[in-house]
Amino acid sequence: MATIADDLRPLHHPKTWIGKYVWSQDHKVIALQYASTAIGVGLVALVLSFMMRLQLGFPGRFHFIQPENYLQFVTLHGMIMVVYLLTALLLGGFGNYLIPLMVGARDMVFPFVNMLSYWFYLLSVIVLLSSIFVPGGPTGGGWTLYPPQTITGGTPGSNWGIILMMVSLAIFIVAFTMGGLNYVTTVLQARTKGMTLMRMPCSVWGIFVASIMGLLAFPALFVAAVMTILDAVAGTSFFVPQIVSMGKPTEHVGGSPILYQHLFWFFGHPEVYIVALPAFGIVSDLISVHARKNIFGYRMMAWAIIIIGALSFFVWAHHMYVSGMNPYFGFFFATSTLIIAIPTAIKVYNWLLTLWRGDIHLRVPMLFAIAFLFTFIHGGLSGLFLGNVSVDVPLSDTFFVVGHFHMVMGVSPILVIFGAIYHWYPKITGRMWNETLARAHFWITFLGAYAIFLPMHYIGILGVPRRYYALGETAFIPPSVHYANMGITIAAGLVFAAQFLFFTNMIWSYFRGPKADPNPWGGASLEWQTPDTPPTHGNWGAKLPTVYRWAYDYSVPGAPQDFIPQSEPPGAAGSRAPA
Amino acid sequence: MDQRTTIVEAEAEPGGVPQSLRELAGDWGADQEVFRHVHWGKAMMWIFLLSDTFIFSSFLVSYMTMRSSVTAPWPNTAEVFGLDVGGVSVPLLLIAIMTFVLISSSGTMAMAVNFGYRRNRKATAALMVATALLGATFVSMQAFEWTKLIFTEGVRPWYNPMGAAQFGASFFMITGFHGLHVSIGVIMLLIVASKVLRGHYDRRGDYSAVEIAGLYWHFVDLVWVFIFAFFYLW
Repeated sequence: MATIADDLRPLHHPKTWIGKYVWSQDHKVIALQYASTAIGVGLVALVLSFMMRLQLGFPGRFHFIQPENYLQFVTLHGMIMVVYLLTALLLGGFGNYLIPLMVGARDMVFPFVNMLSYWFYLLSVIVLLSSIFVPGGPTGGGWTLYPPQTITGGTPGSNWGIILMMVSLAIFIVAFTMGGLNYVTTVLQARTKGMTLMRMPCSVWGIFVASIMGLLAFPALFVAAVMTILDAVAGTSFFVPQIVSMGKPTEHVGGSPILYQHLFWFFGHPEVYIVALPAFGIVSDLISVHARKNIFGYRMMAWAIIIIGALSFFVWAHHMYVSGMNPYFGFFFATSTLIIAIPTAIKVYNWLLTLWRGDIHLRVPMLFAIAFLFTFIHGGLSGLFLGNVSVDVPLSDTFFVVGHFHMVMGVSPILVIFGAIYHWYPKITGRMWNETLARAHFWITFLGAYAIFLPMHYIGILGVPRRYYALGETAFIPPSVHYANMGITIAAGLVFAAQFLFFTNMIWSYFRGPKADPNPWGGASLEWQTPDTPPTHGNWGAKLPTVYRWAYDYSVPGAPQDFIPQSEPPGAAGSRAPA
Repeated sequence: MDQRTTIVEAEAEPGGVPQSLRELAGDWGADQEVFRHVHWGKAMMWIFLLSDTFIFSSFLVSYMTMRSSVTAPWPNTAEVFGLDVGGVSVPLLLIAIMTFVLISSSGTMAMAVNFGYRRNRKATAALMVATALLGATFVSMQAFEWTKLIFTEGVRPWYNPMGAAQFGASFFMITGFHGLHVSIGVIMLLIVASKVLRGHYDRRGDYSAVEIAGLYWHFVDLVWVFIFAFFYLW
């Protein structure tokens, strides 16, 4: 039987505008649909975060932010950013766009289901946002949605909001499963001739392993969502014990809130790496291309991604040191958590060693990639504090935690996403963005991120708790905290405003930008070798490319150019061919 | 020499990882396809089933932790799921019949796959319809069981006259989710069977769809074995 890659039957090319751009089965269009929806809903979450900052920086000054609104902002901001923006953008957006182009396929293996994946995702976003308009508003239980408080009276959105949130998550998981099956199967079974797994660019490795992890981690959240919905709607007691709420005993009896926490974090911790691994992969490619040097230790980079992915399923309870679970678990989970530092450190050293004596071009994508190294190393170091039980206990639920995870899984992947958008924009649109605007956007975002999140570590070490609407007159909180909070809010405002430089740049350049070179950065991987820019439906014209080498032949001695495309046969143009 | 072997050897380094492990990784990382000559749909179905395994595992593990932590007594499942035959109460009778029906349907499904690869349209379609009928029988017996539990015993998701409320909650949730899988399977089998009968796969020269539907069906049966063991026999 011929492989899928050899299948040269023509794709079904839709003729109508709606068939091409709305009900499209082309992975590139689906990727753009995913990306624009994710960025749109991410903007909502960005506005919410700025509202929270307004309240924290200037408590009580803004009357439209009441305590229950604040809790709702916290919850929606967290859930949207982690699931509906980062997961959807990195896997649905970049995964869809890059996988077929980078492995030399014409499309995903099952384009129809891939299309359905997007429409289910859109539905989940609509359900989520509709919770803003129902009686009681969206849920305010914190993004982890712990029962019993999410479904007992007194918490905002305990009647409608939580149900819509859980329904939306369940729909999202269905959508992700349809997409994820495509990403994984395409990488496994639909690569072009010569494309062995160990010749794939790191981006594909990251997205591939993250997709597998998503398929295995989201089920736990699905189950948690179903059980919460049943608790809220059918009156079951999976998660809610017998408690007195607002002076009245609830109807529930015998449920286990810790069970929910285990299910949630069995999803929640792999989720961190579902977001991080594609970012790891993409940043490896950005660094290698813009340093004109092969990625240092490619094979270890790929293995580190696999090992991080596997280990991340054994660390979930490090989010639960203060939950009341058996304290002996803490020993096991602290150990496994610190073991993950080993493959992660391998990756960090390899990035730094790729830069070492490279021919570094400080173009905007590279600036973002290097900025990622800063924020990720800082976020990783504060992670060492929180991974140890005895250090974590006093820091738990303080702003230190907020500073840590925003640095490591908020800012870091976002910086990579910006870098990746600037990097692939010329291929996606065929036009080039404006350099000045892009540089201004970079410097304000990068320095601003530090101005926002570094002081949070200081506030956290002083013991200021997170998720509090207002601190009030509290003896242990010095005035410096209030100044720091004010400063953070001003920095957040600047960073917020700077994002409009990005949007202006992207939209203006799409229509008015100068025509881009098909391969402006001299990239060796397959997506830069397409016959058309932007690539057309089917990607490769009449004949699929054949791959003869890995994706990192930069600055090869004796080669006529400083890069050799993956599709160039050995011996052609007098180049040497490493395996 | 085969291209895969050359790649493995070219990437070999002195010392380090043993040859056998390197060959294993080389096989997995081989050119174009990890699973040689396997239809992509089949690979995709396997991966989906792996994901679905995690859903059922989460349900069952949640149920087991709940069952071991509730303070109210858990009903005796052998009695609750017994049937009265001529005035004698036979423990687990209905559930035994249901299990037998579902396991038999796996047999007919396996035969359907076999006849599919032999290009025997009629036999394939007939066996698939038989499988679907057995599946539908299973679902209707489950409906009977639910009715009995709700109307005769008075069990509700939020209440159970025989003890722990979690009994009813997890019973309806887990068997309901499994029943949904069986029902979807029945519909899928009927669709594929009608395509078989109309000669759709003969024209394409590829009967993989029968086997892919079969994979799903066997999985649903296998899950039932676990539900049977952990919910009814415990």
